[in-house]
Amino acid sequence: MAHDYNNILQNLCHHLEHFASPGVEIVPESELIDQLAIDSVKLLNLIMEIEDEFDISIPINILADIRTVRDLADLIHKIKSAS
Amino acid sequence: MSLLDKLDTVAAARKAMLPEGIDVFGMPIEEVYSSTEASVGGRRILFFGTNNYLGLTFAPECLQAAHKAIDSEGTGTTGSRMANGNYIGHRALEQEFADFYHYRSSIVFTTGYQANLAMISGLAGANDVILIDGDSHASIYDGCRLSGAEIIRFRHNDMADMEKRLRRLGERTRSTLIIVEGIYSMLGDQAPLVDIVKIKNSYGSILLLDEAHSLGVLGKTGQGLVEETGLIDGVDFITGTFSKSLGSIGGYCVSNHLQLDQLRYVSRPYIFTASPSPATIASTRAALKLLRDGTKLRSQLWRNARKLYSCLDELGYQLGPEPGPVIATILDSPQQALMLWKGLFDYGIYVNLILPPAAPEGKSLVRCSVSAAHTKEQVDYVGNTFAELRKKHFQIKS
Repeated sequence: MAHDYNNILQNLCHHLEHFASPGVEIVPESELIDQLAIDSVKLLNLIMEIEDEFDISIPINILADIRTVRDLADLIHKIKSAS
Repeated sequence: MSLLDKLDTVAAARKAMLPEGIDVFGMPIEEVYSSTEASVGGRRILFFGTNNYLGLTFAPECLQAAHKAIDSEGTGTTGSRMANGNYIGHRALEQEFADFYHYRSSIVFTTGYQANLAMISGLAGANDVILIDGDSHASIYDGCRLSGAEIIRFRHNDMADMEKRLRRLGERTRSTLIIVEGIYSMLGDQAPLVDIVKIKNSYGSILLLDEAHSLGVLGKTGQGLVEETGLIDGVDFITGTFSKSLGSIGGYCVSNHLQLDQLRYVSRPYIFTASPSPATIASTRAALKLLRDGTKLRSQLWRNARKLYSCLDELGYQLGPEPGPVIATILDSPQQALMLWKGLFDYGIYVNLILPPAAPEGKSLVRCSVSAAHTKEQVDYVGNTFAELRKKHFQIKS
């Protein structure tokens, strides 16, 4: 389980590198908007990539509570575990 | 951050992007001379950013009908369709829309925005899924949010991507509403409706097609993409607006599903707003007849659209993928888009400036909307001005 979660986190960080401001360190506590400069449009496109990476559906209306990289990893893990 | 501080942040971002003294997004139009010309800032300008595709805003039949309705029924209904705002004219227009599409029934709404809000939030609920094209209009996104359904996006006009996302839903595809647009408002391209209908049928989903920009523009009688593709029976619900080809304001939905009428009792954007004014309904009824019989107007519109599109394409501007009445020039940055917009305005041409995040993929757009009412000389003037500005200011990527 922990191994799965770490894989998710690692994969997510890899995808975030394409969307975040160049040179910014990406850690689980990084704030998507304030620290990584991922605006709403970028976030929606990121979600599409993540859906394909993990073969899951992530409804965009449940993203309102997602603030950090860890929040997003938790959400992916939860959806992946349920599917 | 306080409520008001948030608005100050918006003001600061706006100020940083836009020059002092030009209110690009709120420029008052002082006098309207015709469907293609007006006065702004004390000077005569040419409208190339309206959605007046058939040029009907000054059609004598529409003006007379509106005048007559004001004289006989007053300036407004002052009530909801559910209460005192349900006039004979509203019902007559609904019947005329149903007849126009050869569909069973229709509902008229106060705006096109509300038509999407009402239909989407009325059809889908908390346990349903809505699958939308990534480039969907804000009214579709807002309708989805209001519904409480799960919202999934697919990549714009990418059918393999759409099917992949449907496949992931498993059995839930039967409670999935797919939403696409006839012509997309940002880049002016059309939905691949033949493939969309095939896919939605194979998964047993429901399809809503928004014909806001394609009504009056596509198809022999102007029904839109459904008529152009011969798929009138392949779509479950069609929504649209009066504020483009019909030259007024309002919205509609048509369907063969008997359940459409029940939306009147569950859809908040239909219930909790005043109905369209009598003048609006009367002018729209007149305009719908002109639209249906408007083969010559459509030919003129497409002549103008193809001419301007090929002119800008030859000049090396980066454009949306296909010719149509919406012609978007894609710029590398908001500053470049603003420079082009300002250059056109200085030559007396009014177009739409679209900056991130309003445009898809963070693009900056200068968008022209062509009308059947534009003369050959007006289209040539716009083309020549784009050529002049390219020579003068830009090294735009082709």
